[in-house]
Amino acid sequence: MAVATRLTRIVGVSYSSKASLWQVTGVTTSRRTLATTCVRKWQASGEFYSEQHLQLQSSLKKLIDVEINPHVDQWEKEHHFPAHEVFKKLGSAGFLGISKPEEYGGLGLDYGYTVAFAEALGTIHCGGIPMAISVQTDMATPALAKFGSDYLKETFLRPTIAGDMVVCLGVSEPGAGSDVAGIGTSARRQGDDLIINGQKMWITNGFQADWMCLLANTSEGPQHRNKSLICLPMNTPGIHRTSRIEKIGMHSSDTAQIFFEDVRVPAKNIIGEEGMGFTYQMLQFQEERLVGSAVCLSPLDKCIADTINYTSERKVFGQPVLNNQAVHYTLAELETEVEALRSLIYRATALYIGGEDVTKLVSMIKLKAGRLCRQVPDSCLQFWGGMGFTQENYVSRLYRDMRLVSIGAGADEVMLAIICKYAGTLPKVATSLKKKERQASN
Amino acid sequence: MSLRVLVGCKRVIDYAVKIRVRPDKLGVVTDGVKHSMNPFDEIAIEEAVRLKEKKIAKEVVAVSCGPTQAQETIRTALAMGADRGIHVEIPAKEMEKLEPLHVSKILAKLAEQEQAELVIVGKQAIDDDSNATAQMTAALLDWPQATFASKLEKTDGELEVTREVDGGLETIKVKLPAVVSSDLRLNEPRYATLPNIMKAKKKKIAKMKPSDLGVNLASHLEVIEVVDPPTREAGIKVEDVDTLVTKLKDSGRI
Repeated sequence: MAVATRLTRIVGVSYSSKASLWQVTGVTTSRRTLATTCVRKWQASGEFYSEQHLQLQSSLKKLIDVEINPHVDQWEKEHHFPAHEVFKKLGSAGFLGISKPEEYGGLGLDYGYTVAFAEALGTIHCGGIPMAISVQTDMATPALAKFGSDYLKETFLRPTIAGDMVVCLGVSEPGAGSDVAGIGTSARRQGDDLIINGQKMWITNGFQADWMCLLANTSEGPQHRNKSLICLPMNTPGIHRTSRIEKIGMHSSDTAQIFFEDVRVPAKNIIGEEGMGFTYQMLQFQEERLVGSAVCLSPLDKCIADTINYTSERKVFGQPVLNNQAVHYTLAELETEVEALRSLIYRATALYIGGEDVTKLVSMIKLKAGRLCRQVPDSCLQFWGGMGFTQENYVSRLYRDMRLVSIGAGADEVMLAIICKYAGTLPKVATSLKKKERQASN
Repeated sequence: MSLRVLVGCKRVIDYAVKIRVRPDKLGVVTDGVKHSMNPFDEIAIEEAVRLKEKKIAKEVVAVSCGPTQAQETIRTALAMGADRGIHVEIPAKEMEKLEPLHVSKILAKLAEQEQAELVIVGKQAIDDDSNATAQMTAALLDWPQATFASKLEKTDGELEVTREVDGGLETIKVKLPAVVSSDLRLNEPRYATLPNIMKAKKKKIAKMKPSDLGVNLASHLEVIEVVDPPTREAGIKVEDVDTLVTKLKDSGRI
């Protein structure tokens, strides 16, 4: 129960260790009031972002225009971008620790600023680099910032916020993507150390990372309570980063398959409590999904805008392609969908700032983002015709890059299952059968 | 010797926006259009902040004349390192009447009040391209001027300024106090870091009206018409140089 009380205070949601993670109990009255105040303040002004959010975005966009976008085409071709260089520039400008604790170089700002940052990140002319940056800021570090010891925060969080170290998140494995609880990598206790054996797959920043936030099994027992998150320096002997995974998109981002052979790391590198890794990772996923979806908004906007520009100039049968009702009506419909997603993201952010559990909304956001990231580039590419298919242009790059959104960081199917759990429509028989099958095979 | 620097920054339509002429042909569409700080003024602010970092300047004061939104421009200057701001409020409706001469009178008055020893402004604004404010401010103050500055150095009690002129580069010395206008190659403005954006919120912006400075917005200029530049016509090929010269003469180009 001590764990539950601490989690409630830190994370802001009431966690009952008896209930499953999805059945989060209600928040206290004062937090609900704060959450409603946040949403009301937003409604009163009509604009979600204040002047400072907009300043953050314009400063970041300037940095992107000067330091990143001029090199994107080359980095995409080379299937590599210099993560240490780029992250150091972002870190020096204070962009890598927006919602992170001030004691470790962060700015301690509320999550609205992180979402503003994510939306502006999307102005980078590819999907791979925003994804790599988001891993650094909101996918591999939230648990460390919230639950890590002072030693771990000093050793790993501070340099990551400064942009001196690159981090990757080690959760997925060849045999366990959506089924996070089913991972096989183990970290067995040996004196004061942990010995790690296993492998990780599809690890973004895998080749350039200085450390990994690793999820591994640290004890026997129920699969939701036997895992820990561990800060693993990537120069530790026994870590093999072998072949580069060549993908159909996100080319500039390095993706690694990583093997662990008797890798020795101090047990004090465990983030928070041993056995709480699965819970922490589920919480980390919420930020990953919210930020990851916010990053998609600008590319979708630009995809539609670029297509409007192109089709207004391209003539077919004597008039602009855009003049065809099917074309401008479709683009209007897609723009509507993107705005709806944007509003859902803002609403979930406002509630999250207020301390509400936004798991259901975030799952809906991720689902919708994944769907739109397929529909928008696909429809737009069609309107570009032959030019879209043959040229290395923004729309064709998005078509490839954004296809990942439905798959990574929580597949569409997993999002649907979460929404069903909240709706009470997920058949209980199926889940307990799966559990029994797994326990039998273990 | 530590100077106080006054920097003028203007809120203009963002350089990347596609400008549209208003239906009444007396101006351009500004409603709902993205605005930002005049790029030459960003360079001016950057130069002033660098002077402070070199300990040549002790305080940088950013001034903007305009409607409420001009405060956003001042905040950008504060985020870049200016110490405080002055917002000379001009209601949106009266903005069309604002002319370089009014701004010059305002800046001159403020330079005196604030006991500034250096006034830096962008060489021109990208909306009206007047290139007049720096020069008129200097004249009103009876201070020396160094316009189109591409390099600025302080020597004892003086400024050595390299200017970009039609013939090339010209280096002059001006005694302080002086007015300088910044040209493109003077420096590369920094992007405001997030910690400085947050700190800027605490910095003070004083508000006043032109009348507080004894300036009234009487019109000296009248806009007669605003039109789009002519659309580019198709070119033609000619067989030889003589035909080229004839054609150019016929169309009145030479």
